[in-house]
Amino acid sequence: MSSITIEKSASKGINDLLRHLLSTGKVDAVLAMRMMPDTGAWDLALVTDVKNLKELKPLAPVMTVNASQVLSNLSLSGKKIAAVLKPCELRAFVERVKREQGSLENLFTISHTCGGVFPLDLVAEGKVDRLLPKYEKVVSAGEIPSNIRDTCKACEHFIPMNADIMVSAAGECKPGEGCMIYLNSDKAREALSECTGEHGSAVLDSTSLEKLATARAREREKLFSSIEKDCSGLDGLVNIFGKCVGCHGCSRVCPICYCTLCDFESINFDYNLPYFEEHLARKGALRLPPDTMLFHMGRLTHMSFSCVGCGMCSDVCPVGIPVAAVFSRTGESTASIFDYLPGRDVTEEIPVMIFKEEEFPELG
Amino acid sequence: MNKEFKPRITSFLCKWCSYTGADLAGTSRLQYSTSIIPLQVMCSSRVDPVFLLKAYLSGSDGVLLGGCHPGDCHYETGNYHTRRRFALVKEVFESLGLESERLKLSWISASEGPKFARVANEYTEEIRKLGENPTRKSIFL
Repeated sequence: MSSITIEKSASKGINDLLRHLLSTGKVDAVLAMRMMPDTGAWDLALVTDVKNLKELKPLAPVMTVNASQVLSNLSLSGKKIAAVLKPCELRAFVERVKREQGSLENLFTISHTCGGVFPLDLVAEGKVDRLLPKYEKVVSAGEIPSNIRDTCKACEHFIPMNADIMVSAAGECKPGEGCMIYLNSDKAREALSECTGEHGSAVLDSTSLEKLATARAREREKLFSSIEKDCSGLDGLVNIFGKCVGCHGCSRVCPICYCTLCDFESINFDYNLPYFEEHLARKGALRLPPDTMLFHMGRLTHMSFSCVGCGMCSDVCPVGIPVAAVFSRTGESTASIFDYLPGRDVTEEIPVMIFKEEEFPELG
Repeated sequence: MNKEFKPRITSFLCKWCSYTGADLAGTSRLQYSTSIIPLQVMCSSRVDPVFLLKAYLSGSDGVLLGGCHPGDCHYETGNYHTRRRFALVKEVFESLGLESERLKLSWISASEGPKFARVANEYTEEIRKLGENPTRKSIFL
């Protein structure tokens, strides 16, 4: 695999790379995380002017929105865009492309080995800058920071699966000791052929990431077994989802839930007097808003097999339901029955869109 | 289990096969369980997983989904999609520790009146053994 070594830290190296792409006109815009210097607030920014690039912090462990969501329409604009995505954002985008919600054609996808992101409450409190040095130290040692999202701790897909350009930013990377950039596609090699840095050939040394992989697998098991314990059977479900206030925030921020006309927000779930009368006649009491459990179980059947475990849903839940953990866990089961892995390959079809004539003989 | 318990089984039956099979059971004067509450759908693939969940959460003791045999779908491939979606719902139930036995998929053709009656009776018996669906009483759903 072609590679470029830049004698700078990974975060400075990636900024150089973005500057090169934008100033040479290889791309029209750059999409990456940004910190506003005055307020310390974070956002995802689309930059077209080179002078604004310095505000970008493309490798920052912050996800204010799953970038794949905003990238959908942008990717169809016909403009060339370099998008810095976390591995789960890239996987989610691949899932969206499969659903005709975007295109990879005009994109340069840039991703990196990911140490996990901070929960949004830490970001909102403006603590990221202060927490960053320790985070970088822990991540470069191939360990799991204690203050990242639960699903990040349990994420096993921290190496990007199919980015055009991949930057090494966890495990083997020592801050300040050179930035390794791997070029996975012809379009990346062509665009970066004149980028400064030492051009060569290298493959990501995954052995240095094995320690992290083992630690993540252990965390995953721990998270899943705690969910299994808390969220089992009808009582468990009521216990976990009983707190739901029905805001549908989890589905709004979900990169897979793309339907603008969501069934759960349609007239089908516009409750009328006969519904209340019928329900009350049977049970004598009714939880309002109704059907919160149906909403979560419905989402589980509609999209869990494509869940990439980005953790946005848990982060925005106003009552602290571990939505992402439940969805990751059930998603792993539902994807496995179809031998599916979300975001693995854009040509792999969504399991519910295809079928085999001979399968599931135990059903029917 | 208490003898008076009469299960309620919400049954989504496709117009072309299973519902016609149920009709045939009736015109053939075959006795079958009165627990079956039939609902006609144009194709088993019209049944969104949410329909099954809604029936389950609304207190149906069992949910039966009937379609044409694989390869015989009136719309050629509808029931293959049904099968995948049904497998998905079952898996969601299992991963959440819910009783996936309360969901059943069955292929019954228009000429299989006796099979319809048999499936209806056997499934009713199975559900009777399983008992009442706890969602019937739960007001927190």
